[in-house]
Amino acid sequence: MTTEVLQPPESTSIPPDETSSQKELNEVVIRVEGLEKSFSDRPILKGINLEVRKGETLVIMGGSGCGKSTVLRHMIGVLEPDQGTVEVFGQDVQELHEDGLNSVRKRFGILFQSGALFNSMTVGDNVALPLREHTDLSDEIINIMVKMKLELVGLREAEPLMPAQLSGGMKKRVGLARAIALDPEIVFYDEPTTGLDPIVTGVIDKLINDFKHGMGITSVVVTHDMNSAFRIADRMVMLYDGRVVAQGTPEQIRNTDEPIVRQFIDGKPDGPIPLRLSKVDYETDLIGLIRREKAERYGE
Amino acid sequence: MSHAVGIIGRGFLGILTYIGGLGYILFDGLWWMVAGPIMRKGRLRGEETFFQMVRLSFKSIGIVSLVLFFVGMILAFQMAYVLKSLGVVKYVADIIGIAMTREMGPLLVGMVMTGYAGASIAAELGTMVVSEEVVALEAGALNPIRFLVVPRLLAAMIMMPLVVLIGTYVGIFGGFIVGVAFLDMDWYEYMTHTLDSLKAIDWLTGLIKAEIFGSLIAVVACYEGLSVTGGAEGVGKATTNAVTRSIVGIIICDLVFTALFFSLL
Ligand SMILES: Nc1ncnc2c1ncn2[C@@H]1O[C@H](COP(=O)(O)OP(=O)(O)OP(=O)(O)O)[C@@H](O)[C@H]1O
Ligand SMILES: [Mg+2]
Repeated sequence: MTTEVLQPPESTSIPPDETSSQKELNEVVIRVEGLEKSFSDRPILKGINLEVRKGETLVIMGGSGCGKSTVLRHMIGVLEPDQGTVEVFGQDVQELHEDGLNSVRKRFGILFQSGALFNSMTVGDNVALPLREHTDLSDEIINIMVKMKLELVGLREAEPLMPAQLSGGMKKRVGLARAIALDPEIVFYDEPTTGLDPIVTGVIDKLINDFKHGMGITSVVVTHDMNSAFRIADRMVMLYDGRVVAQGTPEQIRNTDEPIVRQFIDGKPDGPIPLRLSKVDYETDLIGLIRREKAERYGE
Repeated sequence: MSHAVGIIGRGFLGILTYIGGLGYILFDGLWWMVAGPIMRKGRLRGEETFFQMVRLSFKSIGIVSLVLFFVGMILAFQMAYVLKSLGVVKYVADIIGIAMTREMGPLLVGMVMTGYAGASIAAELGTMVVSEEVVALEAGALNPIRFLVVPRLLAAMIMMPLVVLIGTYVGIFGGFIVGVAFLDMDWYEYMTHTLDSLKAIDWLTGLIKAEIFGSLIAVVACYEGLSVTGGAEGVGKATTNAVTRSIVGIIICDLVFTALFFSLL
């Protein structure tokens, strides 16, 4: 029933022959062009270009704080670009008004970095909420669907619990169950496996792959877990200093000579990526402190 | 000189922007309360509204009654002090009745509710902003105004007049106790005096004020909560702001409407 509601208008109009299914596979569903964004005069994104194609799993990598979540927030239309455009299903997100944006958003599922569960509702209600609000399904059917989604992430028993009673990893899994409640066409995952044990990480990776193969779901995954990235990615992009510094298939990324990417995937402490982002030199900073302290003590 | 003008100008602009923000929340809230459901854009969240009504009323009725009861007693003693010298102590009943219905009831309930409901609404919504719940709502195609503001605003608009009504009765009762126990007034005389002096218009002005203060508290609290930035510290600031700004707003509205009622009615 939900799939009927959520069926994209384009896909029904394409005649089902081989060439078109080939074309469908390469169809761009999200296109980000020249995206720039500053927060209080601090430039974070300095011209991001990337595409997400239908049915693929795109992995976005990059160091902590480089703006991965910010890119995701532009794709779902909760942040407005300073420069550049974000197109989703061929529509410029900025030009869509609330209704248009909402009908696009109903085709998305989003797993937030923090889980972002509604803390005043039980786990079951969290997963049921999109179904109650956006479909006409009866309560019994919604209950069944909630159980199914929670079973997928292995948390069926958690249904009556409140989010405050869950561990961080459990919250993330409930967040995933909520993200897929409406059987979305595109799922955004913001660090889906960070803070999870290796077994659950494996389960989540398998889920992402199952969604792709079984239901043709497009996935955009932000992660710095390289093992999991190589397991799920069809294509990978690497962000650094507000730009895309590399993109390609997992093979290409694994074998690249690009020093920034090499340092990142090998996890080496030395390389082109500095650990500290401070502009002032460490020693000058410390010496300045010592001088000031002396001046205060001896009343100079 | 020009520096001072600049500061004043900026402050004035800031206040205008703030009022604009409140107006936006109020009108968008009213739109989602009335037009939204009629145009089938999004239903009203009945259960959540009911939950908020319970939270606003049952949980605050105790402290509201306590405050109004004591203020009623205090007011009776103070009035008796003046009226005794004029030899018309029995007018305490009239004065308490009028003061409670027209002024003290709505004002004091407004103050108590600001600290009680306003602060908790601001803290609650602020926390939701910080924990990304509000972004999650938006991204899930759920309008935060419809989802969060409307139940709280509607609950305040329904419950505030009721709580004020109860508070006013309790306040009058406080005066009654003092009148009968300490001022040697006959309880029947006190009651008839109160009932004779109060006209429908007095109750009406009190309830209009209640409605306005209730909406004001809800709108300021929602606005402060939803515009939180930063972490826990931002939530604390929003909570304080919600209380202090609501109190100032209530006092200003009180003056404006009292003056209006005085000249019109
Ligand atoms: N709303 C905001 N206001 C101000 N600064 C922000 C805001 N959102 C993000 N930033 C800043 O933008 C930068 C990128 O943030 P973002 O959350 O996108 O990083 P990230 O790549 O997802 O990092 P992580 O891997 O740690 O999640 C950070 O330096 C952050 O301080
Ligand atoms: Mg992030």
